[in-house]
Amino acid sequence: MLEIRIHGRGGQGNVVAAYLLATAAIGEGRYAQAFPAFGAERRGAPVVAFARIGNAPIHRRCQVLQPAFLIVQDRALLQVPGVLDGLKAGGGVLVNANTMPEEMDSGDTDVVTLPATALATEYLGRPVPNTALLAAFLSLTGMLPVTALTAALGERFKGKVLERNRALVETAASRVEPGRWQEVAHAASA
Amino acid sequence: MPLALEGSQALARTVALCRPQVVAAYPITPQTHIVENISRLVADGVFDCEFVSVESEFSAASVALGAAAAGSRAYTASASQGIMLMSEVLFNIAGLRVPMVMTCANRSVGGPLNIWNDQQDSMAVRDSGWIQLYCADNQEAIDTTIQAYRIAERTELPVMVCVDGFTLTHTLEPLELPSQEEVDAFLPPYAFSRSLDPAHPISIGTLVTPEHFSEVRHAHHTAMVKAIAEIEAADGDWQALSGRSGGALLESSGPADATVGVLTIGSIHGTLLEAMTEYPASEPVRLIKLRCFRPFPAAAIRAACAGLERLVVVERALSPGSGGIVGNEVRAALSTMEQPPRVENYAVGLGGRDVPLDLYPRLLEADGEVGGFSVFDVDVSRLAPEDQ
Repeated sequence: MLEIRIHGRGGQGNVVAAYLLATAAIGEGRYAQAFPAFGAERRGAPVVAFARIGNAPIHRRCQVLQPAFLIVQDRALLQVPGVLDGLKAGGGVLVNANTMPEEMDSGDTDVVTLPATALATEYLGRPVPNTALLAAFLSLTGMLPVTALTAALGERFKGKVLERNRALVETAASRVEPGRWQEVAHAASA
Repeated sequence: MPLALEGSQALARTVALCRPQVVAAYPITPQTHIVENISRLVADGVFDCEFVSVESEFSAASVALGAAAAGSRAYTASASQGIMLMSEVLFNIAGLRVPMVMTCANRSVGGPLNIWNDQQDSMAVRDSGWIQLYCADNQEAIDTTIQAYRIAERTELPVMVCVDGFTLTHTLEPLELPSQEEVDAFLPPYAFSRSLDPAHPISIGTLVTPEHFSEVRHAHHTAMVKAIAEIEAADGDWQALSGRSGGALLESSGPADATVGVLTIGSIHGTLLEAMTEYPASEPVRLIKLRCFRPFPAAAIRAACAGLERLVVVERALSPGSGGIVGNEVRAALSTMEQPPRVENYAVGLGGRDVPLDLYPRLLEADGEVGGFSVFDVDVSRLAPEDQ
């Protein structure tokens, strides 16, 4: 079972990101689960959501304490205590950033950046980084085809908005090295 | 192919499949999504019902009571302080023996203010005379909601379906929604035997004097006890139709020769189920998932505990000054066994505290006081000096 933790700020579609990831996996016949860490959320406050993807039914309801991967929707969150906690050795961090964050003391953690806000602004006209990050994440891990994400988006959007999201997904997926995290994802899923 | 649905979305669609004619509810976290989704289904023309927006939970329950007393299939949902505000009406609905179904999206009760999940709200109204069924996951919540209407209509008693707030209501997972045909076959149109009808006027809720009140209470208690058979039958028949069980009164898993048992209620079950595999204990453990809390299935609990030497009862509420609510009732039920297990009792996951996998080995190692109760994992350093 693969466990993913998504860090963002209220208003960035953090919970939606976790739901989309699980929906994409379920659409591909996998078992999945997604839920937020509930708080007194408000726009801009640090928020957390979790996703699990596996090949067997998932029964546990506890928070993800030792994720294989982190998706961080705002590079400034890397300064927030606890964001990197529990990340598995050899795990990956996907950060929404234009340049490699120098504050990342990566050790054996592989940090990949994506200018997700800029891409979203360009394709959607809105600075919402979640879809671009998910597309890049699927490309990095190879765990699901990026078309699974497009299908999940199709349950929420239609028409022009869906078309723009589809184009964003294709571009964001091509901006990272496909399969870079495939081995880690495969090992964690086993 | 299962659908990827958030718990509250799935519940809204399930309620629509049950075809209640009247839905009255007031939004309160974490059941707001259920009501929001129902109102959207009504606005989209997918679900035909009288959706009544009210100004409080007291009114929500009152509207549902009136509708059900007039023979409608009725629904409401609430949580936490909302359950407290509707509690007077909840006692009336049950005492008048009016069948209806509600969801309690379980949450703590203030104060102090806490918006998160535990089961103090539904436990606070356990003596209201409603049937209470607790769900371990969202699929059970779907199947139990459908069964609840049949149980309510056959017993003429109200049924509260308890679903852990956030932990289940806000979790997206793969879920099977039955077809309208399946639900229609299971829930034929129903006629309330004491429906209010201007052509044949009757009075309900009138003054009952000391000469009759004991008989009324006796009759209510007896009806609740008899409902055990309908709860079992509804689950059996639904399983025959859908292939899925909601868990009947309770379910046991683990080896038959286990001498240690862990009894839970609600969504903690799934976490402990996986923990059993992650932390194989030195001795085999039987996991008992209690689904039906009212009526209290004492005989089924005794049967499920046969052969156990030790039972750990884990629950998400407490009666301050007494102990665990489930634990105390389980102890009372087991007291008539010739060789009852030693019972330890803990409250966990209060006010939304995460219930991690390693709770399981720690519970088994805890070796708590037999006959005692404690809130698990209390950090004494966080207590005021006088409470330490």
